Amino acid sequence: MTDASMQTPETGRHSVSLTATDAHTRKRANAEKRFRAYGIAAIATGLFFLVVLFTSILSEGIPAFKRTVISVDFTLTEAQRTEAEGELFKTKAYSNLFIAALKSELDERGLNVAVDEAAIERLLGKVGGTIRTFYSDNPDKIGEPVAFDLTASSRVDGYFKGRVSRDTMQDSRFLQKSDLDLVDALEEAGIVKQAFNWPFITGADSGVDNPGGAGIGASVVGSFFMMLVVLGLSLPIGVAASIYLEEFAPQNRFTDLIEVNISNLAAVPSIVFGILGLAVFIQFMHLPQSAPLVGGLVLTLMTLPTIIISTRASLKAVPPSIRDAALGVGASKMQAVFHHVLPLAAPGILTGTIIGLAQALGETAPLLLIGMVGFVARGYPDGFLAGFTEPNSAMPAQIYTWAARADVGFYEKAWGGIIILLIFLLSMNIIAIILRRRFERRW
Amino acid sequence: MNDMSRVEREVDTNEIKLECRDCQVYYGDTHAIKDVNVDIEDKTVTAFIGPSGCGKSTFLRCLNRMNDTIDVARVEGSFRLDGEDIYDKRVDPVQLRAKVGMVFQKPNPFPKSIYDNVAYGPRIHGLAKNKAELDEIVEKSLRRGAIWNEVKDRLDAPGTGLSGGQQQRLCIARAVATEPEVLLMDEPCSALDPIATAQVEELIDELRSQYSVVIVTHSMQQAARVSQKTAFFHLGNLVEFGETGQIFTNPVDPRTESYITGRIG
Repeated sequence: MTDASMQTPETGRHSVSLTATDAHTRKRANAEKRFRAYGIAAIATGLFFLVVLFTSILSEGIPAFKRTVISVDFTLTEAQRTEAEGELFKTKAYSNLFIAALKSELDERGLNVAVDEAAIERLLGKVGGTIRTFYSDNPDKIGEPVAFDLTASSRVDGYFKGRVSRDTMQDSRFLQKSDLDLVDALEEAGIVKQAFNWPFITGADSGVDNPGGAGIGASVVGSFFMMLVVLGLSLPIGVAASIYLEEFAPQNRFTDLIEVNISNLAAVPSIVFGILGLAVFIQFMHLPQSAPLVGGLVLTLMTLPTIIISTRASLKAVPPSIRDAALGVGASKMQAVFHHVLPLAAPGILTGTIIGLAQALGETAPLLLIGMVGFVARGYPDGFLAGFTEPNSAMPAQIYTWAARADVGFYEKAWGGIIILLIFLLSMNIIAIILRRRFERRW
Repeated sequence: MNDMSRVEREVDTNEIKLECRDCQVYYGDTHAIKDVNVDIEDKTVTAFIGPSGCGKSTFLRCLNRMNDTIDVARVEGSFRLDGEDIYDKRVDPVQLRAKVGMVFQKPNPFPKSIYDNVAYGPRIHGLAKNKAELDEIVEKSLRRGAIWNEVKDRLDAPGTGLSGGQQQRLCIARAVATEPEVLLMDEPCSALDPIATAQVEELIDELRSQYSVVIVTHSMQQAARVSQKTAFFHLGNLVEFGETGQIFTNPVDPRTESYITGRIG
């Protein structure tokens, strides 16, 4: 050894100082630098698009959470009610009473503008009917002053949000230029205000010419019942199928075929599941159309492959030594799986399930085919069971319906709906992270 | 070599616990174990030695039917534990594995508390009627595993938080908790440092008083130190089986001699 180290190595290389980088090393270093730059550029591009997306969603969607209300203190005496109920056109009588109250409030503040019934109808819709319904529902309020917060029509709302301006608007049956004088006067009097749009969050869908009254609440409920069906079916079926395939099934051609098909199913377009659902659940099994139950069944079919694939991956990730350990002390195969393997795989299974659910929550195409379109979400279901079987819509289908409607007032509703949908998706992801943290075990 | 003479003195003949005749194992088309005949004696440490891939672990896994979990593996021949065929159709491998415990190459405690690790076997086999009995079994097993003094104050700590040697002794305690009659050890010290190895070897020697121990090892020194009987496997054949002292000092087969002197393997 000593002899060898004494000799000059015959490598043919000149002795080079370590501080001087040679051309080859420089080239490698540069390649590495370039690669890092590409990576940073890719991430920056992604972030840029994310920021653009969020800014546009928020800037377009946030106005949907504000609404224009016309608030009037109104008192109905018993005598007025009796008189109005005696008339032939009852709602017109109530409407006249309301206009009188509005006029007197304007007069009190010394504002003098023409208030006629047609203008009020353009601003507020059929206000007489609203008032009449209120008093027939709450007869005890007769004689007391009641503060009515009435949602202004979408054009008036648009006037405040900058969608409608005096220069660009044209007189129509929805709004006339002269009405804007009245609106300005009402605003000066403090009668027209901007308020938080609770009805948007809690309400149901409205007619095509009433964007102001549209709410997403009913379709949130529809989505909720669908998710219950999806969770209730796809989690047990998916987990049971994966455990069987991964731990118990023999390896043969048949199980190979099943595996390939599950992977393929995950890639099938969602609209195919929609048409399958229409054919099987509605036309063959005669389940109720447009019902969250059917929607949930269709989405279950869609979610199952996702859950099975992620569950199998997390079962595979459990080290075989744990199975050996359990079998070695005499646990049966099922005990080994349920006592040791499944708890260790649980975080992965939960994450996969929630990702599958989130995917299902945002799915639109199959719902359109089974009739869960936005406009069926006209009201809340009566009771828990009815929630599954009564026609309803789901959030993404509701958003799609709004986006497709002609009235520009629905445009901001669609964006607002997207914000709500994203809030749900983000909270599901947060739940997934929390669950994973809690169940994760280290070894 | 002084050790060797000591071991030799301790050899005494016991009754046969596990009798294996004409054993064959196939992995698909591969014939992994060929015509092996071994008698495992009670209260004796039997070592299986041989080069990697010679089939000693495969053969060990036949003794508690762990090969059943491998789809392509097929076992033939007669394995009689106390005269009963363990591959009989009526034998449930779960019951067999309670009688024939196993310790693995890599320490593999469950990611649970030390207590639960040991209590798991007795729980699933219903060995304890109540908490007090279970506590007793856990303590006894941990004492037998020579780890009680180190962990008695932290039974609720995770078993995975122990050092490698402690984990392996915990696994031994877990294996003896089900009151097995035979204890199979598949290279129990290959992942341990020399000090932990010494502790486990000492433990194996103590366990001999109650169990029949079968140990697979790559270390010939270890086989010489802990075992009374040694079986040398080569390419799926049992080349030589006999008393440890005789195998290491005066092997009959030239292949055994080549292996223990380091010329093959």
